[in-house]
Amino acid sequence: MTIAELSAIVGIGSIAAGFLGALTGLGGGVVVVPLLTLLLGVDIHYAAGAALISVIATSSGAASAYVRDGYSNLRVGMLLEIATTLGAVAGATLAVYFAASIISVVFGVVLLASAALSFRRHEDPSELGPPDPLAARLRLDGVYPTPAGPRAYRSHRVPTASSLMFVAGLLSGLLGIGSGAVKVLALDGAMRLPFKVSTTTSNFMIGVTAAASAGVYLHRGYIDPGLAMPVMLGVLVGSIAGAGVLARVQSRVLRLVFAAVIVALGAEMIANGLRGEL
Amino acid sequence: MPGAWTDQRVERAIGRLLRVGVVSAAALVAAGGVLYLARHGGELADYRVFRGERADLRSVRGVLSGARELAGRDVIQLGLLVLLATPVARVAFSVVAFAFERDRLYVAVTLVVLAILLWSMAGGTF
Repeated sequence: MTIAELSAIVGIGSIAAGFLGALTGLGGGVVVVPLLTLLLGVDIHYAAGAALISVIATSSGAASAYVRDGYSNLRVGMLLEIATTLGAVAGATLAVYFAASIISVVFGVVLLASAALSFRRHEDPSELGPPDPLAARLRLDGVYPTPAGPRAYRSHRVPTASSLMFVAGLLSGLLGIGSGAVKVLALDGAMRLPFKVSTTTSNFMIGVTAAASAGVYLHRGYIDPGLAMPVMLGVLVGSIAGAGVLARVQSRVLRLVFAAVIVALGAEMIANGLRGEL
Repeated sequence: MPGAWTDQRVERAIGRLLRVGVVSAAALVAAGGVLYLARHGGELADYRVFRGERADLRSVRGVLSGARELAGRDVIQLGLLVLLATPVARVAFSVVAFAFERDRLYVAVTLVVLAILLWSMAGGTF
């Protein structure tokens, strides 16, 4: 296959990945890496490097829209970012020592878990409970806009959320993904932030985490410009299109179909990794 | 009102800055892509085995000197560096935003994050 042909295929595939990633809320990375490794036989280290680039592009590209809406909690994001960036550097460093087959299996497991997590029910806390002493001291409580006017919320369990965030950073650095699913789990599940606040704060954090991993990847020579070019441009176009469509379709059937795609990709990544090991 | 809001105007400016960063990064990557494909599009692609990139594609100085000569891969890599700088810029501006609010705790927290980011850009070695 020539470079021009590969670029065209990767570009079209990345548009699809970005579109799917935006619709499922899982991000482009989780689809780009299986596309490159399973379909095109690209080494998973190169694939992760290219995917990281696309993760930064979608996070930074979407940030201005999120900021305008006033949902994200910058203090929560920044505090937990200490844990995710440390995890990201550790994960990116570990990626050097792990064989492609092991990374592939871990990736598959994370995909399956992400698909399961995307079906969690989200219920915003209806009343303001007692403050969490540590969260209150760190000034992590906030206010978010609702149709009925601004509403106050409290943050909880900072140490648990930080630990989960370290894991999210580790996976991001190891696999080249944004690990938005784990981040939302920490913010929404552990800290009990309102869902909108969790997703927008997670989006802000994803870009910073991916940048921490990408710095290490760049120095190790994992970021190939020839491969990153069609991936970055494709995912960017796809995710913008996906975000535009998302406002109109919110079908449960659609989510089910996408979850099935993710599960199939995850299973294939695991099988692929195990075959490589044998 | 609990103090969990940074100045919305600063945040909005940061949002615009990020968008400009992403758009200029994408433009550089696209331009570099055209140069790269025009010169190497007909060659065979090989990403099956991981080898790692040339040393000059791994450092800022190497990328800059290659981009001046309009080498496609270096122009793409320069665009990727601009993209990489957008989250770093966001964190750096957050330091300023917290300083405006005289929030010393979060100025410190944000400086720690910035230090980790810069450390990773330097290779993240212990």
